[in-house]
Amino acid sequence: MKGETYDGAAIVLTDDDTVATALDDLRTGRTFTIDDRIVELVEDVEFGHKFALEAIDSGERVTKYGEVIGEATQPIEPGEWVHTHNLRSLRAQPDAEGES
Amino acid sequence: MTDSVTMEFTGYRRQDGRIGVRNHVAVIPVSVTASAVAKQLAAEGAAWVRSTPHQMPLHPPEAARDRIRTVLEGIGKNPNVAAALFVALGNETIDAQRLADDVAKTGRHVETLSIRDIGGTRDALERGRQKIERLGKSANRARREAADASELVVAMECGGSDATSGFAANPAVGNACDRIVEAGGTGVISETPEFIGAEHILAERCVDDDVRERLLDYVERREQMAALMDVDFRGAQPSPGNQRGGLTTLEEKSLGAIAKGGTTPLRDVVPYGHQLPVGGGFAVMDSPGYDVESVSGKVAGGAQIVVFTTGRGSTTGNPIAPVIKVTGNSNTYERMHENMDIDASRVLRGESVETVGEALFERIGATADGELTAAERHRMEEFAINDIPSNEIKQLGEPT
Repeated sequence: MKGETYDGAAIVLTDDDTVATALDDLRTGRTFTIDDRIVELVEDVEFGHKFALEAIDSGERVTKYGEVIGEATQPIEPGEWVHTHNLRSLRAQPDAEGES
Repeated sequence: MTDSVTMEFTGYRRQDGRIGVRNHVAVIPVSVTASAVAKQLAAEGAAWVRSTPHQMPLHPPEAARDRIRTVLEGIGKNPNVAAALFVALGNETIDAQRLADDVAKTGRHVETLSIRDIGGTRDALERGRQKIERLGKSANRARREAADASELVVAMECGGSDATSGFAANPAVGNACDRIVEAGGTGVISETPEFIGAEHILAERCVDDDVRERLLDYVERREQMAALMDVDFRGAQPSPGNQRGGLTTLEEKSLGAIAKGGTTPLRDVVPYGHQLPVGGGFAVMDSPGYDVESVSGKVAGGAQIVVFTTGRGSTTGNPIAPVIKVTGNSNTYERMHENMDIDASRVLRGESVETVGEALFERIGATADGELTAAERHRMEEFAINDIPSNEIKQLGEPT
């Protein structure tokens, strides 16, 4: 795993990944040049959280660590925060009540 | 991969052919009733005298007994152990003399001490000191000779994880694991419950159906064990705290944990505490998630070095194997600097995972060559054996 960082503020773990992880609390409008793509954040993304590197269709699989981490439950724009509101597991469903 | 996939160091050649990176006399209690004496002997002794106190009873049920015996024998045979003393109260179901005989077959000087036969604690301590002195003389005859990474079994572990473990420390350790494997050595991960949700990905990496089947059997059993304690991994993970930290799905959390194992094919899966393959590539040992028991199992399996990632700042070590602490959390690195060896938070300042992996690989080589780790400097020497509870045997049958 190469794990390239961008401006010390985002990390993309493998070339196959469709999401990056924020290494800082990032603000709307922040842009990253990742390979030949320019990704502009369309909302705030907190430290440790993910944002999309490309447009992801509803039902499309999302990749991190070069592996599938779940599927999109709605269309996701490049630069959009990716979390429980738009990504779900294919291997488990957390409790409906969200209990630990 | 860069060109730094060779590693040379000097280690202690044992008669069984393995290479030790430390030259310890191990004082190994057979049961909890001998643990205090073993601990005291090591505490009074020189720095190379190490004890492995534990909580296992005099007469454990059969399945648990086999496991305890395997671990105790494995500790005696660990390449870092030059000579060993088994300490017993005297009436343990596990026979100390037979244990000693089995370890002595590897060419090591091994002695036993029975507290009852000798007539109590004070005399046992006195006789123990004499025996340790003799064992030390045997150990002192060992000399360092040239060795390389192909002779190392390196165990990967995590404890006190946080968000940085998944994207900085664990991937960096995985990168170092790939280098160890490329250099001809063995890299091993355990903590089976953490595979749940990503077991299909580890399964795809297995070299054949046999390895794949054993891997999936262990994962299923760990999930059933959790269910016996009313814990539902699939329903409860990632926890609300994990989610606040940015983890969305179970597979994402598990991928972050197994990232420690790098990207090479999975060549073997071994039971808890059993011997790990040497020169064997990437392997898995079945173990619980509890880090001290998990580390102890891999050291019993022959690992000479442990690499341990911790975001929040675990300080644990091991009496027999040096433990290299890696943190991806810059705050933890600064606050607990004296307990940390590798700063993987460099990733948060713009360095690649690959760069940190390379630095870690070099540190593994230096550690093998004798450089002390933070846990060794502080004499952090935690040890624990993973018990098999009777209700588990009753409900799930004996483990394989």
